[in-house]
Amino acid sequence: MGSTAVEKIISSALGRKVSEGEFVEAPVDFAYFHDGTGPLVIDALDEMGVDRINDKEKVGIVFDHSVPPYNDQGATLQAKVRRFARAQGIPRFHDLGDGICHQVIPEKGYVAPGQIVFGADSHTCTLGAFGIFSTGVGATDLAYILATGKTWMKVPETLMVECAGVLDDRVSSKDLILEIVRVIGTDGATYKALEFAGGAVRAMSQASRMTMSNMAVEMGAKTGFIEADDKTAVFLNRPDGKRFKTDRPVPKIEVDAGRLEPQVACPGSVANVKPISEVEGVHIDQAFLGSCTNGRYEDLYEAARLLRHRKIHRDTRMIVIPASKETYIDAQRDGLLDVFLEAGAIIGVTGCGPCLGVHMGVIGENEVCISTSNRNFIGRMGARSSSVYLASPQAVAASAIEGKITDPRRV
Amino acid sequence: MVVLKGRVWKFGDDVDTDVIIPAKYLRSVDKTVWPKHVLEGLDPEFSSKIKPGDIIVAGKNFGCGSSREQAALAIKWAGAAAVVAESFARIFFRNAINNGLPLIEAKGISKAVGEGDVIEIDLDSGGVKTKNGALRSAPLPPFLQEILKSGGLVNYYKAHNK
Ligand code: SF4
Repeated sequence: MGSTAVEKIISSALGRKVSEGEFVEAPVDFAYFHDGTGPLVIDALDEMGVDRINDKEKVGIVFDHSVPPYNDQGATLQAKVRRFARAQGIPRFHDLGDGICHQVIPEKGYVAPGQIVFGADSHTCTLGAFGIFSTGVGATDLAYILATGKTWMKVPETLMVECAGVLDDRVSSKDLILEIVRVIGTDGATYKALEFAGGAVRAMSQASRMTMSNMAVEMGAKTGFIEADDKTAVFLNRPDGKRFKTDRPVPKIEVDAGRLEPQVACPGSVANVKPISEVEGVHIDQAFLGSCTNGRYEDLYEAARLLRHRKIHRDTRMIVIPASKETYIDAQRDGLLDVFLEAGAIIGVTGCGPCLGVHMGVIGENEVCISTSNRNFIGRMGARSSSVYLASPQAVAASAIEGKITDPRRV
Repeated sequence: MVVLKGRVWKFGDDVDTDVIIPAKYLRSVDKTVWPKHVLEGLDPEFSSKIKPGDIIVAGKNFGCGSSREQAALAIKWAGAAAVVAESFARIFFRNAINNGLPLIEAKGISKAVGEGDVIEIDLDSGGVKTKNGALRSAPLPPFLQEILKSGGLVNYYKAHNK
């Protein structure tokens, strides 16, 4: 009998064959955290009495959650993490403005296919798009990894999501993943590894795959694994990784990407997904293009394609935030930022921006935001009475132009 | 044998980390702030109602959302003795164990208890006694129980790495 790709990654790390359901202590190839979780990681290390971390070459720190800090407490906490990075001599430390951790870590090629990667952030599952077993944990878990180089885990079952067909123009991998969340539900993949496969996924760019893997955690999954290929190696600039394949039967869900219309996750739950035709016309106060889900170059490019020579509706504001400095530079070089500015959008500082509802575009009482990010929980982006619709970059751009939720295929 | 007995506060399905502790409180350097806002997103008065030793009961997927450990800490420091739910989101599950907050995954708990009921849970066996009868659940694997008994992962580390 064969194994799943994730079983093979963990087996290869341990040097013995493991199967789903087994509890193991596994070595971690790379671990990272950000300014939000960092202070707690450091506190936990202090409490453990650890002076020197296990291997500073296997650690990344990226400031992305409050960039630049919006109050003195945030600044003080960041200073604490900065001091820690210096004291430990951590080379892969990215201070304010380099980008969102899940974008920067792969963009810099710090990780490679076939590795085990843990991050103190729930969307660490994004790196599954590179054929990596990656998952998010809390700060204490991460501190334990920094101290020992290892962590405990249960080898997850794999749930395969086979995506056939080809996505239409103006329908993106975001629409596909929202459809998958609708089918699986917010807890349908709890403790499992999701694996995205099929023609639609193979045809996708590495950036589009990251959008899919990013939302695995919204279904409770540990990771959103996608088999690595040549595109993966090019993105990471890492030809050295190990490519693993699932070669035994596993439970499977089939989705037809070819028949998909743009999708929207309506307020309150990421699984509250409807075809855009059912929610068109809802007034929006804010449109947000960015985040670790959809802040990459191709997302900005697709949105700019719709916004060129057009204006954002006067009752709506639009905030655009590139996911990393590299994205920012590319978008600027190719004139995308001019398109956004001329349309009337605001360009924010590279980082998480308003995604987590603390700064850079928090929404007020009863306000409505359409966002390319990944969560629309009550109060996620601001006031408890505010609401968030999740959609693709194309749908967010089209909605910004009309001032209401709009099918991008009609703009 | 560790048996906990406490009064129940009841919540529904998909209680996410943003309602357990909204992001705007996370930046506080003063950690006593967190328990004051616990579950504020669902019940703004909750922190003044919960008493030490009370037990939180919820539906499926408790603690879904972000990796913020403050969610588990806010619940623990607010005085909750344990959380019993139909199921837990995995990062919350790890964070709770790692901080010494006992969890029990008991199918049928939402139906079996009401707000204000007193229930009894046995961490070793995974059993839950309610006024409508007993529920069984799989106990935690031994080494997770050991982390819990050490009071969390930090103490576990200290005990094993001297
Ligand atoms: S962009 Fe949003 S979801 Fe992504 S890491 Fe930042 S806060 Fe989290």
